[in-house]
Amino acid sequence: MIPSLPRPAWLRAATALYVAAFLGFLFLPLIVVSVFAFNDAPYPAPPWHGFTLDWFFANDPTGRLGMFHDDELMHSIWTSCKVGIWVTLLSVLVGLVNALLLERHEFRGKQALSILMLVPLVIPGVILGISILAFASQIAQFLNDHFDLYVRFLRPGLPLVVLGQFSYIATIATLTLRARLSRFDRTLEDAALNLGASNAATFRTILLPYLRPALIGTAMMAFLLSFADFNTTLMLVGGNPPLTVLMYGRMHEGATPVLNAVSVFLMAGSALLAIALMRRGPRRASA
Amino acid sequence: MADAAAAPMSGAGWRKALLMSPALAWLALLIVLPHAELAVLSFREQAGLRHYVPSLSHYREFFHEPEYWHTFVRTAWMSIVATFATLCLAFPIAWVIAKIARGRAAAWLFLACMIPFWISETVRTLGWMILLRETGVLPAVLVKLGIVAHPVELLYHDTTIMVGLIYNSMLFMIVPLVSSLESLDNALIEAAYDLGANGLTVLRKIVIPHAAPGITAGCIIVFMLTLGDYITPTLLGGKDSGWFTEQIYTEFITRFDWGQGAAFGFLLLVLSTLIVIAGLKLSGQRFGDVMGRT
Repeated sequence: MIPSLPRPAWLRAATALYVAAFLGFLFLPLIVVSVFAFNDAPYPAPPWHGFTLDWFFANDPTGRLGMFHDDELMHSIWTSCKVGIWVTLLSVLVGLVNALLLERHEFRGKQALSILMLVPLVIPGVILGISILAFASQIAQFLNDHFDLYVRFLRPGLPLVVLGQFSYIATIATLTLRARLSRFDRTLEDAALNLGASNAATFRTILLPYLRPALIGTAMMAFLLSFADFNTTLMLVGGNPPLTVLMYGRMHEGATPVLNAVSVFLMAGSALLAIALMRRGPRRASA
Repeated sequence: MADAAAAPMSGAGWRKALLMSPALAWLALLIVLPHAELAVLSFREQAGLRHYVPSLSHYREFFHEPEYWHTFVRTAWMSIVATFATLCLAFPIAWVIAKIARGRAAAWLFLACMIPFWISETVRTLGWMILLRETGVLPAVLVKLGIVAHPVELLYHDTTIMVGLIYNSMLFMIVPLVSSLESLDNALIEAAYDLGANGLTVLRKIVIPHAAPGITAGCIIVFMLTLGDYITPTLLGGKDSGWFTEQIYTEFITRFDWGQGAAFGFLLLVLSTLIVIAGLKLSGQRFGDVMGRT
């Protein structure tokens, strides 16, 4: 019950215990992953064999290969970054346009359109993936049959991965940017226009600065979501796997602590992004 | 665009059309048409070389082959159980964050709940694998404590999958719960208490009705995420995890039977949509409101 009402001692103790257990449950897997990134043994398993940085830096082609020398791994990180940047750019841009459309214009079917924009969030990622895969190959087939064209980017590969991730991350970008835009005071714009500013100048000097924190927050979130996406990516990926897909494959085969090292690296990256996002303005941009 | 049809396109009309085009392109090309294609694939049958006829054979196959629908039912059932368990486990934490802890403590606890979800599911699952596998941390601890004589395999059980699913769902339940509990006026609880209600009555008559929108939103999201999960069931459940998304992957990518895979995909989509609608009906809410809440 709430603090203003009498709470028996046993209830207080049970609450504290539960919170502690819950935090343990949340953080145990992450702690374990981090610890075994530094264990001097070929498998991420107890017992502890001493501290090593081999799983980051070792470069012994016949033995241990640290993550920074594991070309396949480094390549997949780079792939994830490329995909993430594209998805971020597309989502933020489309999200911004959608937010402007929905907040500032009236048209027939607006309600239906704004509901339809939410739909990608309730479709399982695997299904988004297979439907886009099927549709893209249908178009590719059509172009091939009728125009004798071979369109590479309609076959499984990174362009389709970008589109697949964008298909639902755009929804999240739209939601967050629209929420921010709806709190905008339009008299500011009217004032600028009254004072003789052009539409473009008003957009650049009034609206864009106002939306800046939300735009940055949305971009970070889009990048993070893209980087972590697995379900949609798995269905659309060609021979050039992003990090999550590569890690999944290796975990199936029996992982070495290199994966723990990558995980530590990812956690550090996420932490930095999270801190940056928290510092950006008190109004968090999260959905 | 009604106004554009009536009069020649004005400047504003053009601008509106321009603003609308990315949304229409996105939704038509990546959502509506692909799902129409999926429907077409699932409702036809190959009758010759590149010749297809409408047919229900893929759906018939689903009901004929016990393995298929068993997996389907199992996935749905385990998702329901996982959703309910997540709700029960998350509720006390949401209550502590919204009602008991104050100021900084509440903010820190909330932040702590979010941190694991800044990290990809692959990493979290790797953690569980290291913890639970036969040569892993937990079996070693159990042996040390003398609870078991030899390390036991804790991976590849249904319970393991369940733990992983609940773990992955936590945040998506806690966030809507906290926001709906925060808006509950403490005076209502105090009044009920003064009138002699006990904890259970307060929970049943005041807290749950007030938090219903948050509970629904959380349950819908968690159920959908669980149903569509792939990494957790396949890695924690092993080869025979029997998860329906894996079945879809097998048909589509491994066996290259797109018709069958499309039918499976559609069945999963129908199930998840039905549950969403049922959840909304039960709590009398609109889709837009629920999604806006999250």
